[in-house]
Amino acid sequence: MSVNFLIHRAKEIQAVIDANASEIEKLDQEIGDGDHIFNVQRGIKLVIELEAVIKDLPMSKALNQIAMKVLSGIGGSSGALFGTLFMTMAKGNDIDNGVDYKKAIEIFADGVEAVKQRGKADVGEKTMMDVLIPVSNCLKKGVEDNKDVKEILQEAIEVAEKGMFSTKDLLATKGRASFLGERAKGHIDPGARSSQLMIKTVCESVLNS
Amino acid sequence: MKKFMNSADDFLKESLQGFGAAHQDIVNCHYDPNFITRATPTKEGKVALISGGGSGHEPMHGGLVGYGMLDAACPGFVFSSPTPDQMLAAAEKVDSGAGVLFIVKNYSGDVMNFQMAAEMMQGPNESVLTNDDVAVEDSSFTTGRRGVAATVVVEKIVGSLAEHGGSLQECKALGDKVNKNSGSMGVAFSSCTVPAAGKPNFDIGDDEMEFGVGIHGEPGRRRDKMKSAQEITNELLEAINEDLKPETNEEILLFVNGMGGTPLTELYLIFDNAKNMLDKKNIKISRSLVGNYCTSLEMQGASITLTKLDEELLKHWDSSVHTAAMRWGV
Repeated sequence: MSVNFLIHRAKEIQAVIDANASEIEKLDQEIGDGDHIFNVQRGIKLVIELEAVIKDLPMSKALNQIAMKVLSGIGGSSGALFGTLFMTMAKGNDIDNGVDYKKAIEIFADGVEAVKQRGKADVGEKTMMDVLIPVSNCLKKGVEDNKDVKEILQEAIEVAEKGMFSTKDLLATKGRASFLGERAKGHIDPGARSSQLMIKTVCESVLNS
Repeated sequence: MKKFMNSADDFLKESLQGFGAAHQDIVNCHYDPNFITRATPTKEGKVALISGGGSGHEPMHGGLVGYGMLDAACPGFVFSSPTPDQMLAAAEKVDSGAGVLFIVKNYSGDVMNFQMAAEMMQGPNESVLTNDDVAVEDSSFTTGRRGVAATVVVEKIVGSLAEHGGSLQECKALGDKVNKNSGSMGVAFSSCTVPAAGKPNFDIGDDEMEFGVGIHGEPGRRRDKMKSAQEITNELLEAINEDLKPETNEEILLFVNGMGGTPLTELYLIFDNAKNMLDKKNIKISRSLVGNYCTSLEMQGASITLTKLDEELLKHWDSSVHTAAMRWGV
């Protein structure tokens, strides 16, 4: 995983999110406040705009710049949570001397754990953590079991989709949707949908490369 | 969508510029990152009070910056929390060495961003988290009750203590006390439109109201059919009283807050109806506040806040204040 890799994945994510924007916005209007899609789109755009600044930086510095940019540029919960994700990844051990897939999975998992702490949300609360935590666990387990990287990524895509759909029948206990009580049931969480799309895009991109 | 705007991108900037120009005797607006400070620097040794939140709730919080209240406010995008770089820049500008007290409404985005700012900050700081909205059940397993209009009361009372030499710990303790002594609940008749979204935040029928609404139009307890003002007022007060349990003859502040699209005429009508009910229960309205202080863009609706007052709270409520939105005693 190089800085160049990050920028290219961001561009692919932008295309996928844009293509699904109206669906995500609709999900958020049903159980949130309708701003999630704008936050996500703004964040991706800001990261892509960083290309010239970060392309020659070591990985830790590049990730830190991305963290500060999404933190200050997105705002809201998304900014704080994605800022925490990248800020934690930037602290990964020895990442300036190359990041292989095992290292990438390790720092991603650390990042997801930090996001879990920041948002105080776990699996089953109808948030993006219903996608991120199972994906992180699946990736880590794949490495532990010495599975082939393609097999790991294929599983991650499936786990992400399963996690996303699982939010449909959950009661929300964190975030804006929590105020709805029973009324939130029957709706997929917009943050779970956008993060599932991001995971899928990155995994497929690696699988097809 | 009909709004006074030139472009959604410039909406916040132009509004802040206008606010700064209109009240240049009271505030200074700073940009990139956006924050509002008093026009005069913080007195040495005075605890600096910083609040903030999404824009769209004006005059909260920028209109509450000035003598006797806040030292700085950090406005986020409309209905989106401000970011740590704003809080850090504001803190650097207004911290006079006695520490910084952050006043934060209990919404997850605000909480996380203020928490990150507090972690990144070098100097001493504390936070008061407001969660006065009785519409939402409090529980350690959820985000919990929202911070709404009582935040204005917290900022007034703690602002006075800070102005009169209270320490960081004393200010924090008083803020927590005012929050605990307060309960609020709101009702919305119409939705509101975030400029960048261009369409209403939620759908609501002509004959419906959202009972227990949050300050972004988030749902509350239930969707109801419209009722008379007295019935709505009674139901709001019953919910608040059930939570706050004011005693007979206890002195309270009755704060009727407009959400942006309800005229003062109706807010005073609500005040009258609320007084009817509180009189019957022998609860003494010893202070009052009526107006649009904690708004939700152009939403039609109102909230009622009760704060139980003791001598200390009364003293700090009555003390001089000079901000764009609240001014007395000077």
